[in-house]
Amino acid sequence: MSDSAKLYQVWVYLQAEPLFWLTLTIGAYLLADKIYKLCNLFPILNPVAVSIMIVSTCLITFEVEYERYFDGAKFIHFLLGPATVALAIPIYLNWNVVTRARKAIIFTVLIAGLFALCATYTIALLVGLDVTTIKTLLPRNVTAPIAMGISEVIGGVPSLTAIVTIITGILGAALGTFILDLFKIKNMAARGFAFGLASHGIGTARAMARNEEAGVFAAVAMGLSGIVTAVMIPLIFLVISDLI
Amino acid sequence: MLIAIFIIFALQLFGEALQQFFGLSIPGPVIGLILLLAALTLTKSNRQSPFVALRGKLISTSEHILAYLSLLFVPIGVGVIMHLQLLETQALRILLVILLGTISTMIFTALVFSKIHSRKDHE
Repeated sequence: MSDSAKLYQVWVYLQAEPLFWLTLTIGAYLLADKIYKLCNLFPILNPVAVSIMIVSTCLITFEVEYERYFDGAKFIHFLLGPATVALAIPIYLNWNVVTRARKAIIFTVLIAGLFALCATYTIALLVGLDVTTIKTLLPRNVTAPIAMGISEVIGGVPSLTAIVTIITGILGAALGTFILDLFKIKNMAARGFAFGLASHGIGTARAMARNEEAGVFAAVAMGLSGIVTAVMIPLIFLVISDLI
Repeated sequence: MLIAIFIIFALQLFGEALQQFFGLSIPGPVIGLILLLAALTLTKSNRQSPFVALRGKLISTSEHILAYLSLLFVPIGVGVIMHLQLLETQALRILLVILLGTISTMIFTALVFSKIHSRKDHE
């Protein structure tokens, strides 16, 4: 047997094993993270988006089915659930901030959380997107693990939700400072809160890098809006389906 | 460490069980998150609470998991290759929704929050 035939046999053997896809996923992420840091955390080069592109390109180039890839990568995916539970910790660590400004925080999370849903729904309807895509887009302003969970229970496409959530974060982080300056918002707590609520973790990281107070409020907004949205969307769907 | 992992897994398991039992549409892990937050904050001053005793372990374990949070989206995110056709026809409209939705949400949030927050400061 020739060497290339042997190599092909090795590939056929390896690509059926989870180890190959786990290694590829972690490798792609490390590479993407390195690029991101080398480029001074340039928002468009978000490591999640870049690693998804690297892995996707590999799968398409070598004609590997997604199911085969996911069968290996599911061991990483599994940790998303426990990581969501662990999101309680950053909220808990900022609990004194939450209790000190509780009136503004609770009110804004509820009203602005609802506003975000209505804005997404209305604009999506206006541009003529179909129901599944609208459901996929609805939770886009909350942190990805929660957004994907919501998308799954309301009948969206979780993998697309992951992508639109990341794009939301990138756009919010990139444009936030400019928009808030334009509207002359000087209150650091309010600025941070807007970053966290409108563009979750990616926006929060941006707010933290610029101002500590803004960063804390961004983290609180991200955590609480995730919970509130996860409860609110299914409730709204329940009320609507009752009315029809 | 292991006990903290056990608590986190158990709370997610309990959350999933509650979701299934009551037919809730809230994701099981989010119920787990709410339970953990409630357990930590409600028993804050109770020395007998196991959650308070394990506070340090829960914090460090969670921070370890959350440090790699971004990596955990990759497997499901790659699933986008199954929906390339949908993206091809709707990508621009989806981008428009994200752009306008994010800008309006940001302005609205900042305005509402600063209104209440500054009024409170003047009291």
